Amino acid sequence: GEDTVTFEFCDRTFEGYNIEIPSRTLTMSKTEAVGLYREMQMVRRLEMAADSSYKHKLIRGFCHLCTGQEAVPVGIEGAITKDDAVITAYRCHGFTYMRGATPVGILAELMGRKDGVSKGKGGSMHMYAPNFYGGNGIVGAQVPLGAGIAFAQKYKGERTCTLALYGDGAANQGQVFESYNMAKLWDLPVIFVCENNKYGMGTAAGRAAANTDYYTRGQYIPGIRVNGMDVLAVRQAVAYAREYAVESGPLVLEMKTYRYGGHSMSDPGTTYRTREEIQHMRSTSDPITGYKHRLLETGATTEEDLKVIDKQAKKEIDEALAQAKAIPEPNGSELWDDVYVKGSEVPYLRGRVPEETHYYNVD
Amino acid sequence: DTITVREALNQAIDEEMERDESVWLLGEEVAQYNGAYKVSKGLLDKYGPKRVVDTPITEMGFAGIAVGAAFHGTKPICEFMTFNFAMQAIDQIVNSGAKTHYMSGAFAKCPIVFRGPNGAAAGVAAQHSQDYASWYGQIPGLKVVSPYDAEDAKGLMRAAIRDPNPVIVLENELMYGVSFPSTSDMTSRDFVVPFGKAKIAREGTDITIATYSRPVGFALEAAELLAKEGISAEVINLRSIRPLDLPALVKSIKKTNHLMTVEQGFPQFGVGSEISAQIMESEAFDYLDAPVCRVTGADVPMPYAQNLEALALPDTEVIYRQAKRVLNIE
Repeated sequence: GEDTVTFEFCDRTFEGYNIEIPSRTLTMSKTEAVGLYREMQMVRRLEMAADSSYKHKLIRGFCHLCTGQEAVPVGIEGAITKDDAVITAYRCHGFTYMRGATPVGILAELMGRKDGVSKGKGGSMHMYAPNFYGGNGIVGAQVPLGAGIAFAQKYKGERTCTLALYGDGAANQGQVFESYNMAKLWDLPVIFVCENNKYGMGTAAGRAAANTDYYTRGQYIPGIRVNGMDVLAVRQAVAYAREYAVESGPLVLEMKTYRYGGHSMSDPGTTYRTREEIQHMRSTSDPITGYKHRLLETGATTEEDLKVIDKQAKKEIDEALAQAKAIPEPNGSELWDDVYVKGSEVPYLRGRVPEETHYYNVD
Repeated sequence: DTITVREALNQAIDEEMERDESVWLLGEEVAQYNGAYKVSKGLLDKYGPKRVVDTPITEMGFAGIAVGAAFHGTKPICEFMTFNFAMQAIDQIVNSGAKTHYMSGAFAKCPIVFRGPNGAAAGVAAQHSQDYASWYGQIPGLKVVSPYDAEDAKGLMRAAIRDPNPVIVLENELMYGVSFPSTSDMTSRDFVVPFGKAKIAREGTDITIATYSRPVGFALEAAELLAKEGISAEVINLRSIRPLDLPALVKSIKKTNHLMTVEQGFPQFGVGSEISAQIMESEAFDYLDAPVCRVTGADVPMPYAQNLEALALPDTEVIYRQAKRVLNIE
């Protein structure tokens, strides 16, 4: 009908390992199609705000941006339900937003403010939202955690699944293979998603992995390689994987993607790869630009409408940033909250000196 | 009526699994084999493979899976065949289990029990004979308990399962088969030993001996020997490492004016070190007639040979002698 739009995928979009690849056509409502564009633009604007705030020294410590990789969080969210779960490592701002946190909550968290999504106690690497379990700082540790969330989903009879994301660097952690093993033994509804952006910090994938076909590394678990710069391909693959995981158990998805910036704010990102490579990816594979062309080609929307969306996204993030900046830091008393679940604290915790010892009101 | 520590642990787990559908058990050999030390005996038959789960030998992975399952609304009991093997998993226990509630501003809860034998067994050498009380006792976000007898085992295990935070239960292999009197309290379905409350295992007036786990038995024997010489030792079974029952220690010191700590762990940065420091910072310092004395394991990896192993661990004789030294009695 007039309200839907059909997209075709080219040959190299999906590659299967011991499994049929997803269908090469995808039909969706024009509203949804345009929504994916809008969300990618929001994620990019959010990261641009994080970038500038960092440079203005409003954000401390580590800060890992996902600019270039927007199609992954946006495509995933388009394919799952709010009851499914997601967990990732520290490059988590885009996922936090897509899982339902507000830009104000994310930016406030980055600046260590009291209304941040984690009350200012987590920062860039530790953000959460309903059925989004972070935001984890130890490379690879989130993978068994994700398998465990899937264990609980199955235990409770939820018929939902968990997406456990990790980078090409983390893919070499032993605990990833431990998780593959138990997930397969117990048929856990977990989708292992390797975001292969070609570099684990400054180490090219091929210098760290004996096999860089990450979608095949589950050995006894089937896998699909996906063009992770194509939001529609991500959405298509995840929808397919979701069905598979809930019915049959684990699956590995490799999202081939690219980060434009450095590993973190302290990395210019140009010592281990060439400026030409980055420029080439930006001009030929950008997830937002590429998708914009497809939306226009298929007649899903018009150039004017997309310009309105672009402006709106910029405005929303600008406003969120201004709002976040105005939020105060957490109260000092917050130092002691949430070490233990409220009402079940230990009697006291020591401060820096004995006189600063904090006593809880427990029996 | 008597009951072994093993049976007490088994009953606590069994009764809590019966009470709460979200409680489940995982670990190496916990199901079909009935537990490497038979603590989970009969649970597979009663609750089935959904709730009693054999894992492969893969501590980091299954500890992480257990923590993830705790995040999402179940209450796992994660058995380590020994806490020595939990070193493979300590990142998941500390970084994922203990810290996520705080880092997430209370968004993610982690109601989980990590349990298993801890400390020295007999003749198993250095890699299987370490006390981790001070390791886990250091971590904010964790609660750490270490039972001595059957009453402790049952009450602390039940409290651990019911606690909404991650709890470490440090058991002792050599205590599993030891029988203790079974009190009527213990058979109640609501019998719990609250965390952070030490138990006065024996009252006394001359010296306080604070200890936990298997050495509580040695301290009681030493107190008996001391009593024959007219020395009245008060033995405190700490039960809980974190939180530590400082008020109970302070109260006892005010009475005895002497404190000795006993543990199997290494001396440096150990439980005794921490108690000494906390006592120094407390009002009890003014009541001490002698410096606090630590009786600990020797500062060496555990040797295999029986005579060397004996020299590396505190026993009744060492506690008895040291108590007299603290009191300056020949």
